Amino acid sequence: MSRLRESLVELIRRTSAEIPDDVQSAILRGLEREKEGTIAKSALEIIERNIGLAKSKSQPICQDTGSILFYIDCPVGLNQVGFAQEAREAVKEATKLGYLRQNSVDSITGKNDGTNLGLGSPNLHFHQHAEDGITVRLVLKGGGCENVGAQFSLPNTRLKANRDLDGCRKVILEAVHQAQGRGCGPGILGVCIGGDRASGYEFSKREFLRKLDDSNPDPKLDELEKDILKTANELGIGPMGFGGNTTLLGVKIGAANRVPASFFVSVSYMCWAFRRHGATLASDGEITGWLY
Amino acid sequence: MTHNLSSPISEEAIRELKVGDQVLISGKVFTGRDAVHKYLHDGGALPSGVNLDGGILYHCGPVVLKDDNDEWKVTAAGPTTSIREEPYQGDIMRQFGIRGVIGKGGMADKTLTACKEHGAVYLHAIGGAAQVLAECITKVRDVHMLEEFGSPEAIWEFEVMDFPAVVTMDSHGQSLHKDILAKSGDVLAELR
Repeated sequence: MSRLRESLVELIRRTSAEIPDDVQSAILRGLEREKEGTIAKSALEIIERNIGLAKSKSQPICQDTGSILFYIDCPVGLNQVGFAQEAREAVKEATKLGYLRQNSVDSITGKNDGTNLGLGSPNLHFHQHAEDGITVRLVLKGGGCENVGAQFSLPNTRLKANRDLDGCRKVILEAVHQAQGRGCGPGILGVCIGGDRASGYEFSKREFLRKLDDSNPDPKLDELEKDILKTANELGIGPMGFGGNTTLLGVKIGAANRVPASFFVSVSYMCWAFRRHGATLASDGEITGWLY
Repeated sequence: MTHNLSSPISEEAIRELKVGDQVLISGKVFTGRDAVHKYLHDGGALPSGVNLDGGILYHCGPVVLKDDNDEWKVTAAGPTTSIREEPYQGDIMRQFGIRGVIGKGGMADKTLTACKEHGAVYLHAIGGAAQVLAECITKVRDVHMLEEFGSPEAIWEFEVMDFPAVVTMDSHGQSLHKDILAKSGDVLAELR
């Protein structure tokens, strides 16, 4: 097996089995907020135990190992065709090893060939940068939380949401309410204000690459993130929708330009089993450091 | 309050359960998700060896591998989102005599009505807790329709021990999901 393929298999293993530190800290804070003897507390206790077990057994945190989203920053001149082929082989190998479930289905025939390979799987996003190093980030996003994502077109009469930040706030909170516990809350929101129907969701997912404890460089968006996190946690939806004080663990909002006629707000919901890791690679593909 | 449940379950035992009760499930459990529900609802027959009468159906697509002795081993087995089975669940419960459905996220009125009339409950497991729940599966007894539906969608027959879940829809017409949706909606109207 090539060095690069080995590194990518290890990245997949780690992402599937080990919750990033920033997410685990947020879950522990949630556990402290819930009252003794409630089903919300008991749910978070099982979640905490699950995180420890998955790590110690090197097995998937959640059986839905989700959509496989690679984000690769690479120098000019990297052989992207070769890299993509190694990534596909790594996915196939990780599936055999049980780090990934046989999770990719032909949408027309319904067949699952058990390899996790096909158009759109894995999903590779290459981005050239002016530096020498390669960084590769991986997000595994389960279907339950993907299904509760929502896209709004402003203005929205029913929600009295105009084309401004207050309108954005209203529709984002609406998405949280609609999701209830179905996305395996407590969840994390990735939001894009602007863009088109495709790029809006695309950018909303990139927000998941940010650490939960960072601050948004745009003060207005930073304020909106904090406001939505606080307000959502007052709704009483709670872990799994059982009721309680921990509905969300984090909110990350970005903005993209739009055409004058459109104003989309795209909300991606990530479950508590937030599987995201990343590594820096040497030119031979060896892992030189971890990002989260 | 924590109850112990094991299949086959009587209607009487089910009627004792109330929303908010915690349960520990032991004994036989069958998995079934999207493909199985559509198949059964379209008139498909249960494979021989699968008996759901008084039984428990688990909305789950597990990760299952063969170990060195060629035995099935479950390595991850949390619940999947149940609402996708809403068009089928109530009818399938009645037709096959199912008393308990394990899943996540809750279900809606058609299933709630079937729970009340037929005598069944919806048991909410912790979504994403694939390792804690896999540890409760002590044996893979069999697998059915693996070829047709693929591993996540097949009917797996598990032996479980002290599998934790919460009753979120009972046989008296109560649903925690409806309650929380309404209450959180009221709060949101204030804070919006």
